Amino acid sequence: MSYILEVKQISKFFKTLAAVSDVTFSIEKGTCFGLLGPNGAGKTTLIEIIENIIPPTSGEVLYKGNPRTTAFREEVGIQFQQTALLSYLTVHETLKTFQAFYRTSPDLKGLISECYLDEILTQYNDKISGGQRQRLLLSLALINDPQLLFLDEPSTGLDPHARRNLWEIIERQKGLGRTIILTTHYMEEAERLCDIVAIMDHGRLIAMGSPRDLISTHCRGAVLSLSKAGVKNSLGKLPTFAGEIGDRIEIQTDDINSFLKEFLENGVPLSDMVIRSPNLEDVFIKLTGRKLRN
Amino acid sequence: MKFKRLWAIFKARNLEFFRDRSALGWNFVFPFLIVAGFGVIFGGKGYTEYKVGLAPYSGRIESGSSVDIPSDFKELRYTEFVGFQTLEEGLETLRHHKIDLLIRIDATPFQYWVDDTSPKGYILEKAFRGSFAEMTDDLPASRMEFKGKRIRYIDWLFPGILSMNMMFSALWGVGYIVVRYRKNGVLKRLKATPLTAFEYLTAQVLSRIFLLMFTLTVVWAGCHLIFSFEVAGFYLDLFAVFFVGGLSMSAMGLLVASRGTSEEFADGVLNFITWPMMFLSEVWFSIESAPRWIKTFAQTFPLTHMLKAARMIMNDGASLRDVSLEIGILLSIALVCLTLGASLFSWNK
Repeated sequence: MSYILEVKQISKFFKTLAAVSDVTFSIEKGTCFGLLGPNGAGKTTLIEIIENIIPPTSGEVLYKGNPRTTAFREEVGIQFQQTALLSYLTVHETLKTFQAFYRTSPDLKGLISECYLDEILTQYNDKISGGQRQRLLLSLALINDPQLLFLDEPSTGLDPHARRNLWEIIERQKGLGRTIILTTHYMEEAERLCDIVAIMDHGRLIAMGSPRDLISTHCRGAVLSLSKAGVKNSLGKLPTFAGEIGDRIEIQTDDINSFLKEFLENGVPLSDMVIRSPNLEDVFIKLTGRKLRN
Repeated sequence: MKFKRLWAIFKARNLEFFRDRSALGWNFVFPFLIVAGFGVIFGGKGYTEYKVGLAPYSGRIESGSSVDIPSDFKELRYTEFVGFQTLEEGLETLRHHKIDLLIRIDATPFQYWVDDTSPKGYILEKAFRGSFAEMTDDLPASRMEFKGKRIRYIDWLFPGILSMNMMFSALWGVGYIVVRYRKNGVLKRLKATPLTAFEYLTAQVLSRIFLLMFTLTVVWAGCHLIFSFEVAGFYLDLFAVFFVGGLSMSAMGLLVASRGTSEEFADGVLNFITWPMMFLSEVWFSIESAPRWIKTFAQTFPLTHMLKAARMIMNDGASLRDVSLEIGILLSIALVCLTLGASLFSWNK
């Protein structure tokens, strides 16, 4: 099988702190690969090693089967989590400046239209809203028509509307057959956009697969969500297998009937009970015992 | 190296310079204000360096006032005479160094007071005592006519002000800006593109030299309209000296900016470099009488050599050949700083 990217036994230490520990995976061409994990999990460090921005302490990254050369920069597009741009340039001038860095570049008009930048072209790049800024940064990452696109938490800090706008653009890019590597701590984003998800925690990969496979492997059945007080008052104590989230408890089970029967027999109020399908957050909680955004 | 990439950064940096109105204004206004200020101070007739108190005396003392002191002393240039109604008032003023010498004019012989720690007081005392000696016509010295073209103070000062402005602009314009871009992540973003460090640094230096020469030309033209500077040599030679000087100081800025993400640290380093240069490169005053080690130390500064060459061309009519040593030193400093700066340069840290 031919991989566009192979990450082999990558480790990164900052003095004695292991930010990334022995991470290995491969990505097929055209895949949207998500790195999912809480803040401080090592996602950004790992992605910056792959982007060739920082060197690994050990390990190797292969692009199209070979070590990365100067051609790598020409063929990849990168959107950092936090970045500033050259000051006192308009959005259009910023695009033109970055376009000049590459040998090939697509039609700028198409890109402007694709990223909804038409109305802000004459505004300075630091005088635009958060959502507009993320779309500008995404357009800069797309300016060389990259084969491999890195997006480091592209929707962090955006309101729901701006986030959905961004997702639409990313989905269209995915539809063009581009390989995308995306880091996020939004499970909804990962589930919607990613074909393959790798879950990171404390610098290590703890699970990898398609969202559906991960969920079916680690969280079969359904999740029951009930009021903590109601359950405690009726049963006298909380079930040991339940997870607490705020003032509610969540029970992941593939035998809903047994639970419902027990709750009814003990007079547990079920009026505010919610039954839902498990998601990647449940997988993460199951694997680490913590929430994604802790 | 791709010219297209270099040009893109060159253009972006220039746009930033011209669109940052406050910084742009300051770049032009600062040297003009200094030159204009010194022109007014030294060019006008009202400038006084020394102050002599006379007591007891009431009323304002004009140049033609009938004060009974030797006329040679009364007509001493750059000296202002201030009257005090009482001796006590004059002594109190002298004690606070608001005047440099106090003369009691109602005593015979004159009585005078001077603070032993005051250099100006010392000079005035010598002049005061000398003014009595000149009453006799058998001085063992005679004044000779100064021949040759005189250099106005403003013509001597002007290249210094311009060079100093270039130094600040080059060092902060490259050094501080690059560190700021590293700190806020712009350099990291540029690293993610095919742009090479060599292309980026070359564009930075070229842009700064272009802006330095542009500012120099505008300020020169503006000041020339007011002060009518006299350039004994060729303008083109002067331009070449400023160009090479700008290159060497921009390269020095690049060396400062090669590493680091702290603007405060960069600011400190730049101050550490510019202050000695400003005082020891003879922008404001000569260090002819300074200890030998200071004069030797000053030779390591690009500003010293740029200023020396510029003054030789402007004031003495020297040619490029005459200042070839200075140009050679400036180019060597540029080469060393560029090589070191480029090899130490980091996009990230």
